[in-house]
Amino acid sequence: MSAFDSVTAARANDRPTAVDYITKIFGDSFIEFHGDRRFADDKAVIGGIAELCGKPVTVIGLEKGRNLKERMERNFGSAHPEGYRKSLRLMKQAEKFHRPIICFVDTSGAYCGIGAEERGQGQAIAENLSEMMTLKTPILSILIGEGGSGGALALAVADEVWMLENAIYSVISPEGCASILWKDAGKTAEASECLKLTSQDLFKLGVIERIIREPKNLDSTMFESLKNLVAQTFDRLGAMDTEALLQKRYNRFRKY
Amino acid sequence: MNTSDIFNFLKPKNELENQGEAIDNRPYIPDELWVKCPVCKNPVLSADLNENKKVCPKCGYHFRIGARQRIELTADEGSFEEFDAELTSTNIIDFPDYTRKLKNAKLNSGENESVITGIALIEGYKVVLAVMNSQFMMGSMGTVTGEKITRAFEYATENRLPVVIFTVSGGARMQEGILSLMQMAKTSGAVKRHNDAGLLYITVLTDPTTGGVTASFAMEGDIILSEPKALIAFAGPRVIEQTIRQKLPKDFQSAEFLLEKGFIDAVVPRVEMKKTLSHILQLHGAEKVLQEGDSE
Repeated sequence: MSAFDSVTAARANDRPTAVDYITKIFGDSFIEFHGDRRFADDKAVIGGIAELCGKPVTVIGLEKGRNLKERMERNFGSAHPEGYRKSLRLMKQAEKFHRPIICFVDTSGAYCGIGAEERGQGQAIAENLSEMMTLKTPILSILIGEGGSGGALALAVADEVWMLENAIYSVISPEGCASILWKDAGKTAEASECLKLTSQDLFKLGVIERIIREPKNLDSTMFESLKNLVAQTFDRLGAMDTEALLQKRYNRFRKY
Repeated sequence: MNTSDIFNFLKPKNELENQGEAIDNRPYIPDELWVKCPVCKNPVLSADLNENKKVCPKCGYHFRIGARQRIELTADEGSFEEFDAELTSTNIIDFPDYTRKLKNAKLNSGENESVITGIALIEGYKVVLAVMNSQFMMGSMGTVTGEKITRAFEYATENRLPVVIFTVSGGARMQEGILSLMQMAKTSGAVKRHNDAGLLYITVLTDPTTGGVTASFAMEGDIILSEPKALIAFAGPRVIEQTIRQKLPKDFQSAEFLLEKGFIDAVVPRVEMKKTLSHILQLHGAEKVLQEGDSE
């Protein structure tokens, strides 16, 4: 599979979104919470609490929507500042109640618009990055589709970052890269190769800890094994001394 | 200020990297006797412009200046001691044409990276100073940029010093792929530790500050200042116009706009910047180093 095949797969309309992961992993135990307590509730971010193998967890996802109506409502998974502020509020809540945090990342990027700039998109992302670095609870981020630049990183300053086999994670979209490099947004395939955005590339670069194999049609066995893997990981991270956990998280990003 | 400086000042080069954001090519000072101000269109004598810290004496337009000159305007004479001057980027993910671009950036700027870091005194107050350089690939943040900023913060945390950063950047450096994105997290981690140690961090945003730098350490200061009219954005104006397909309001994303929206503390003209920094440092109990000629 070429890098561009991954880009296509990561963006496919029938690919499971954060809501699918939440439903299949947490079932009925998920309770959704809304709002950033400052401005609005951003539907590009879905968050709440749930039960994982008998233990409470905080769940946050960038949600693209599964049909056109949902996609419009969810702004195609591109969050405004209030989405990042909602996620930070829920993460702080998780820290207070000693719950681990799982983030599902799937976005082409933070939204670029007038309101987003007016309300401090850069500041909102920056605050997530610095706060997540010292949040005293385990954080696991899973890139399930697109990992678009700062808008994805704002939910991926974690103790471990995993990627679905065909997910992508990049500093710029292949289209954006191609239009800068060759003044031709059509050369997406070439740009996809150059950016080293596939799960294999990122594993080699040490940017992710684990690749989740994708069976055909992403069937339920994958979600079941993912669920067990997440639970084991939280047990392992949760057993660590908090200072050691935070030092390890700092070092994880310090090495790049 | 030495007026011969203007003859060494670099002309804009076409190779200067533009990260695809709408960063217009506002003129650097050319080596002519007279300069036309791009805003008020008045001719200004280059020597007068230099005397006035490269601010148009007629309309107050702040010309872009290089990092070395910024240090000269900010640090007490002879006080700047540079860190990691030799650190420089390599083509880590084997990105097309990056090796050539880096070479050009070094030639054009005379620097090894898009940020200069070190220790400085500002009216006697000891600080860790980092100054980004728009002449090096439009101040884009690569791994070495992030490393130098992170080391500067770690040094400041260890030695309990305040940090002052002048930002100017087109954002993360595309040519280093995901590793440039990781610099946002890395620098933010170092800023957070400095913050948690109770130490002061002042950012000064200069034209333009965008993308991954805005979305990380630029917006993490305890106190965020800006030069007048600087463009400060997460997404640049061209990207937004392409997304929403409408014209942006005038002065959108200017320093004054951000001030009104509540995202920066103050807009400070270049001629008052050093005095303002020193005043803030003094009010935070910064360590004052007595220099020759100072009286107790």
